[in-house]
Amino acid sequence: MILKLNEITKYFGGIAAVEDVEFEVKEGNIVALIGPNGAGKTTLFNIITGALSPNQGSIIYKGKDMIGNKPFQMASAGITRTFQNLQLFGGMTVLENIMAGAYLRGKKGFLQSFYTLPRKCSEEKRIRTEALFLLEEIGLAEMAELPAAALPFGKQRLLEIVRALASEPSLILFDEPAAGLNIVETETLTNYLKHLKKRTSMILIEHDMETIMEAADRIVVLDFGRVIAQGTPAEIQVNPEVIKAYLGEDEQIA
Amino acid sequence: MKKTTIFGIIILLFILIVSLVVKSNYLFSILIIIGLYAIIVQGLGILMGYAGQVSFGHAAFYGLGAYTAAILTTRYHWPTIAALLAAIILPGTIAALIGRQTLKLRELYLALATLGFGILVFIAFNEGREFTGGPSGISSIPFLNIGSFAFDSDRKFFVLVWAVLALLLLGINNLVHSRTGRALRAIRESEYAAENAGIDSASLKLQAFIFSALLAGLAGGLYAFYITFISPAAFSYHASIEFVLMAVVGGLGTFWGPLLGAAVIVALSEILREVVPLLIPGAGGEYQIIIYGIILILLMVYKPEGLSSLGAVFDRSPKRAEQNTNKQ
Repeated sequence: MILKLNEITKYFGGIAAVEDVEFEVKEGNIVALIGPNGAGKTTLFNIITGALSPNQGSIIYKGKDMIGNKPFQMASAGITRTFQNLQLFGGMTVLENIMAGAYLRGKKGFLQSFYTLPRKCSEEKRIRTEALFLLEEIGLAEMAELPAAALPFGKQRLLEIVRALASEPSLILFDEPAAGLNIVETETLTNYLKHLKKRTSMILIEHDMETIMEAADRIVVLDFGRVIAQGTPAEIQVNPEVIKAYLGEDEQIA
Repeated sequence: MKKTTIFGIIILLFILIVSLVVKSNYLFSILIIIGLYAIIVQGLGILMGYAGQVSFGHAAFYGLGAYTAAILTTRYHWPTIAALLAAIILPGTIAALIGRQTLKLRELYLALATLGFGILVFIAFNEGREFTGGPSGISSIPFLNIGSFAFDSDRKFFVLVWAVLALLLLGINNLVHSRTGRALRAIRESEYAAENAGIDSASLKLQAFIFSALLAGLAGGLYAFYITFISPAAFSYHASIEFVLMAVVGGLGTFWGPLLGAAVIVALSEILREVVPLLIPGAGGEYQIIIYGIILILLMVYKPEGLSSLGAVFDRSPKRAEQNTNKQ
């Protein structure tokens, strides 16, 4: 077990954005987080990555309670994320984006950076080689020297995913990685995510049901900030609570 | 190497050789001031252009450096080189102390806090009585010397300042293309994403702030040993604003921006001082400031990314490049 959430509750004003949320992520698993808009999925991501602190509950990651850690501390513990509205370093090149993502893979500080020539530095070479390898793997290597903002949208999504991978995290949170992608790109993404299971565990917010059914090991369904169901994709597909939340009361769904 | 870099280096060498051949003390003094300001603006450029933090208080660090060097040598008879070292360290230490709180502020609030700090230090220089010499300042500061070699002429000092600046340019080029430089740029592009890559943005911003204060202190110390007389007037908030203008005019987040900005602003104020009285007889300093302001507004409207963005042109077309470099 890599991550376990206990009774996570967060209020905004008097309203509970998430309430008593509990679920687990097993090593090498993909857990999909689904639910209607406003169900609290992104709020939960902000809590897990330390951007928001919950009013109540605990986040047990690798056996330790992580409450109170800031995002950069969560990242150095091995939890990172991607964003629904892309947060690329747009003015930097594709390669630099990955190398900045690999910040935790290096040690060189401010002063040392000042007096060592980057070309002469073995750490710099290693990070560059690793970054190029990651780009190669996803087919962005020819674009390495382009500014990230110049890439087409689908490639930008991929780049953000690769940037998150560059720090070699143990858990990545993907916030709607397939949003805005065409069918071909979504399929590539789904295969890539499955391929990543060897390296990292993942939590996935996604609306594209095909991606979820294909890639997820478990699904957690949120509605109005509460977990209304969790289980394998097959179980969730036939769960009456889920059907009710998505399609309304009186519909009959086979 | 990029064409821009090669052109930059050629222009730089050209200026240095011409000035050493011409041996005009006026030219040396202008180039020394440009060099000193460029040192400050280099640091400010890292803070503003890379870490994305603005400071309207850098004349205070510049002044603290100058006063440290002046007081330690005239009153306590420290060796000049040791005083210069102290002139670097003291502003850096003060930046570390005030930075932790100030850098939590954002944008306008940070600008105001640093402006306030600058005014506070300026008042301290004025009201320091015997310690700072009050409004009349401190005179008979010795020349900088290393062993028996004294930097006692404009020419020697010019070589010193530009050698320091050249080393600094090299160091900053290293920094920008290193892990730390990428992290700083990442913070500027998206602080949120940077944090999620494990970058401690608060700590890095503080380090950039301290770094910029160290450089301002260095420039201040050198200034005191060059001018050998200092008074508070040179370190008022006007100077702080000028440094910010130099950084912006040259182009934030660019390699040549700080040097270019310092050169353009210093040259501009020199030219205006000569030209304005010819055009408008009896005109005082206020007319220069007005023209200076108009030029800056035009620049910000038509070239908001700074003058060094003109350099991007040379990477595409070598022919136009030459024209542009000549302009610079």
